[in-house]
Amino acid sequence: MQLSATNTAKIISVQVMEDRIDAASAIQFKERMRDIIQHSAPRVVLDLARVQFLDSSGLGAIVAVKKLLGGDRSFELAGLTPTVEKVFRLTRMDTVFTIHPSLDDAVSNAIKA
Amino acid sequence: MPSRPDSSFQTTRARLVTASDPDAVRQGLLELVARPPLSGLPEDRRGIAELVLAEVLNNIVEHAYSTGSGDIEITVEERPGGIGFLVVDDGAAMPDGPPPGMLPAGLGGDLDHLPEGGFGWHLIRSLTVDLSYTRKNNRNVLSFLISEDQTGSEDSMT
Repeated sequence: MQLSATNTAKIISVQVMEDRIDAASAIQFKERMRDIIQHSAPRVVLDLARVQFLDSSGLGAIVAVKKLLGGDRSFELAGLTPTVEKVFRLTRMDTVFTIHPSLDDAVSNAIKA
Repeated sequence: MPSRPDSSFQTTRARLVTASDPDAVRQGLLELVARPPLSGLPEDRRGIAELVLAEVLNNIVEHAYSTGSGDIEITVEERPGGIGFLVVDDGAAMPDGPPPGMLPAGLGGDLDHLPEGGFGWHLIRSLTVDLSYTRKNNRNVLSFLISEDQTGSEDSMT
């Protein structure tokens, strides 16, 4: 599972470099994210723009990362492709996460805020 | 090709047997979506088909074959009104009663109670019609249809 992380004091941007987060890769994804969020920035943004396929195992792993971050740090998503967006909407998880159109939007939001 | 009156509806069918582990299931899915009839669908419908099939197969790997391993046979067929799926395995039977399908409780609750699982059957229920499960000759037989007007865009929540 290839993830590319960029850290600043305020934000960790994580780009998923694979086209799937599925049952075969969900555990690896969670383990890699666990390492990445050791850096202490308060906001973590996950860029899913390259992800064409996410199943319920992948969704469960993303929810698990949100829990790992706890209530004091925010975990936001960006760049959902149409099929991935459907999974979030049909499971109502779109109401649980802040979702940005793109990583750029998420980061410029932070500057404005 | 000239059409023959006795075969006006020529069905397209793909059949695949995969082993019950996550890597084999991923390969099987990639192969099925690249073959007719799924390869000919518009992207959004192909995405729905891949998602539903992934959820069905993951359930079989995790539950039916939880204490062992075996084969899973998948048949995908063009039917009037949509794409029909038949999935057969030799694993343990589903618990009595109809297949589950409710969203797990806890949405909107506090962080610790957010569900990390239980979404699979909900997605299957939301995106398919004519879902049927039977136990036949010690095999699980699941069939369902993804109708041609299913785009996953309307809120199918009830």
